[in-house]
Amino acid sequence: MKFGVIRFPGTCDDVDAQLAAARVGEAALLWHRDRDLQGVDVVIVPGGFSYGDYLRAGAIARFAPVMESVIEFAHEGGLVLGICNGFQILCECGLLPGALLVNDHLKFVFRQVRLDVVDHNTPFTRNCPPSLSIPVKHTTGRYYSPEPVQVVLRYAPGENPNGSQDDIAGVVNNAGNVFGLMPHPEHAVDALTGSTDGLTIFESLRTAVGERVPVA
Amino acid sequence: MGATDAPDGRGRHRELGLTDHEYDLIVDGLGREPGDVELAMLSLMWSEHCAYKHSKKLLRRLPVEGPNVLVGPGENAGAVDVGDNLAIAFKVESHNHPSAVEPFQGAATGVGGILRDIFAVGARPIAVLDSLRFGEPADSPRSRYLLEHAVAGIGHYGNSIGVPTVGGEIYFEPSYEQNCLINAMAVGMAPHERLTSSAAAGVGNLVLLFGALTGRDGIGGASVLASAELTDADDAKRPTVQIGDPFAEKKLMECSLELLDRNLLASLQDLGAAGLTSSASEMASKGGVGLEIDVTKVPLREADMEPFEIMISESQERMLCVVEPHLVDRVLGVCEKWEVLAAVIGEVTDTGLFRVLRDGELVGELPVGLLVDDCPLYDLDPEPPTAALYVGGEQHVATDADPLTTLKALLASANISSRRPVFEQYDPVVQSRTVRRPEQADAAVLALPVLCARSGALDEPIPAIAVSIDGNGRRVAVDPRAGAAEVVYECAANLACTGAEPLGVTNCLNFGNPEKPHVAWQLSEAIDGLAQACRDLGVPVVGGNVSLYNESPDGPILPTPVIGMVGKLPDARAAGRLGFANPGDRIALVGEFHPARDGSEIAKLHGSAPAGALPVKSVAAIRAAHERVREGVRNRDFTSAHDIAEGGILVAIAECCIAGGVGAIINLPDGLDPFGEDLGTAFIVSGPSESLEGLPIIGVVGSRELVVTGRFNVAVSELSALHGQGLSALLSYAR
Repeated sequence: MKFGVIRFPGTCDDVDAQLAAARVGEAALLWHRDRDLQGVDVVIVPGGFSYGDYLRAGAIARFAPVMESVIEFAHEGGLVLGICNGFQILCECGLLPGALLVNDHLKFVFRQVRLDVVDHNTPFTRNCPPSLSIPVKHTTGRYYSPEPVQVVLRYAPGENPNGSQDDIAGVVNNAGNVFGLMPHPEHAVDALTGSTDGLTIFESLRTAVGERVPVA
Repeated sequence: MGATDAPDGRGRHRELGLTDHEYDLIVDGLGREPGDVELAMLSLMWSEHCAYKHSKKLLRRLPVEGPNVLVGPGENAGAVDVGDNLAIAFKVESHNHPSAVEPFQGAATGVGGILRDIFAVGARPIAVLDSLRFGEPADSPRSRYLLEHAVAGIGHYGNSIGVPTVGGEIYFEPSYEQNCLINAMAVGMAPHERLTSSAAAGVGNLVLLFGALTGRDGIGGASVLASAELTDADDAKRPTVQIGDPFAEKKLMECSLELLDRNLLASLQDLGAAGLTSSASEMASKGGVGLEIDVTKVPLREADMEPFEIMISESQERMLCVVEPHLVDRVLGVCEKWEVLAAVIGEVTDTGLFRVLRDGELVGELPVGLLVDDCPLYDLDPEPPTAALYVGGEQHVATDADPLTTLKALLASANISSRRPVFEQYDPVVQSRTVRRPEQADAAVLALPVLCARSGALDEPIPAIAVSIDGNGRRVAVDPRAGAAEVVYECAANLACTGAEPLGVTNCLNFGNPEKPHVAWQLSEAIDGLAQACRDLGVPVVGGNVSLYNESPDGPILPTPVIGMVGKLPDARAAGRLGFANPGDRIALVGEFHPARDGSEIAKLHGSAPAGALPVKSVAAIRAAHERVREGVRNRDFTSAHDIAEGGILVAIAECCIAGGVGAIINLPDGLDPFGEDLGTAFIVSGPSESLEGLPIIGVVGSRELVVTGRFNVAVSELSALHGQGLSALLSYAR
């Protein structure tokens, strides 16, 4: 199976996501100006500061040529994982509901947080244990949605680092093929750097892709 | 004709910070009066900031050679060999004066500037550390404001550009009230063959400027801000502070590294203080060539800029390179890919002259040597002070307080409490190499190879580096020579706790006005101390920076040499941790420890001024202790290792308990002062008793209490809360 990791100007966690994905499959970088997704099975919109997060986090990246293809890919049922800035971009382009607001304490926060997996019935979390230790690092991570959403991850009680509504850390779309989360699973794939819990998200995707019936 | 005969010229050069004597030298060198553009360029190149005219002679005392040195002082950053054909480039630099005027942008551009130094030598930045000094947070709203905004600025830049901030240190002392210190260190990695020189080469080659537009920001920063004392009228200097754009620098960095990967550049240089003037003239000087630059070809942010403004603008996020003419199109192609603006602005000549043109017409012509090499170097007049330079502060704990009360006061104090409220604002993990992040060990540890599923398979070691930054103004004030040496020992001790052996040092010398004899004495003594300690440990100095004139009407700052050190570990999997972990482990004291209270944190809490004497040390004992700890960690004999630093042995033990979330029972050796300090000499290690053979055992790990036999019992959770909330409690912004 093959992952494609999008690189915008200002993306920082692209190589990290590529290295993490490469632990379970092939992983290539996709350039923001290219519309060709190179036949990947999963698109990762990684973390960082695309276009400097100027104007509003994710607001400019949604207009990149590659995002037209990603939106089309998602509408056809393709698996899309948005991490941090990627989550913000997926919300900006309407693939996910809601929005990410500035943290309630108005500052950047890095913290290893505990997450509760509240929905294992997704292609992104089927192999996950009930609880994950994964770092967050963001200034604009307070999730808000006026409508009910399909929550997949919540910050464990007392661990909400940003004031997110109902402790929401990650959500999927109604079709279940687009997932956005603020914590960084790609930074929790090696015991040497702190935790391997994030790897279970990549492993879930491998399982899901392996079981998929190819579209004729 | 000298300056004395030219009353009109006198005002001009004095306003630009040149002395009459220096102006006379310029006129002699040129054989004529300099024009406006030339004088603007000379005033910057001959400023303290660019020419090191009050420190260069002293810096020659530092040892700069060693078997691992690949690039010594003089290039944008020094570099050492870490094996496997990899080089580590690193440097620390100050951005003190800009940060005192505008802390967010001052600190942000300090990080941006030091990162450019690293990728200018061809290395990809892999870590940032910072060393900060402010006035007392409890008493000073200004210090809280400076801290909050400087930290936000550092985070804004480092986080956005994708370089992890992995370590640092912060101290609060009244002498930094008007002159905060913002020292940033960056570390980069490159294959040996990609290390790049800034020496311009190849007559006829083209000079290409790429990156941000050139504007009026920062004009005169190096001479006006960085080379004179700050006064109350400094709001007027705010326009001389540059504005940082980390997004522009991220693109610039990726673009520069790709240009080097594709072998398209003859040389590369960043633009920092004094902008184009300094970058271009240094490139020409190192290459022994001349340069010609046409300012009309420089892409401008404001159309009506004068040639002198273009030549000295300190607009950020710009690089200068020399390119062979047939490669220019390919260079411009890479710049276009990264959406980085680029323009050919001149060419390399064989004249030895720096010629500045406006639309083809000559507006300035200076010998490169006059700009770069001919600034006079001054001898200082060092005199030890006859009266105390620094006073004591408020008393925070009674001198006869019981040991537990004293320990709690130390753990909650501004200088010792947890830095969590600060380091949580920095990303320490991006780039996926961070094996030890803040509060896990005494130094940050970064794996060198890319970590993947196969890493460490078949028990292959994973080589790594450890990095640390250290300084202690109070102790250097007590004894500049011994105090500066102690900073080097302490930094090396931090590395030893992770299992790393030092490879190289970078330093940032933050002092007051060197034209005053007692500051000159502090500087001279401190440099001697640094040089001696570096020789003691066999670690060369590969680069650094000097920040003088850190002085306000209230007096000079504490003399603050800051040391950044890089060391190597054979295997990241054995990297040490600071916290106790295994109940039943024994606790041992390693090293010859002769604690005393002069210049210590407890002396400060008692209200004492930094005065007296520091403990005499045995270099042989220090080397042996560092070696013992390093080997114990590498062999995984020790569960934890932590050096005994500020606050003394009980604070060190409490920190091991807090980091591990576990208690200990301690029997302090008879007669040992629990709160005295002797930095860089001794360690607290834990491990199974058979691993600690030959070491004096002082306790055992276990339970949820710290028990000091015959003195007190206290819950670790209580110490942890005091330590964790100490800084937040002093800072109004913290949650």
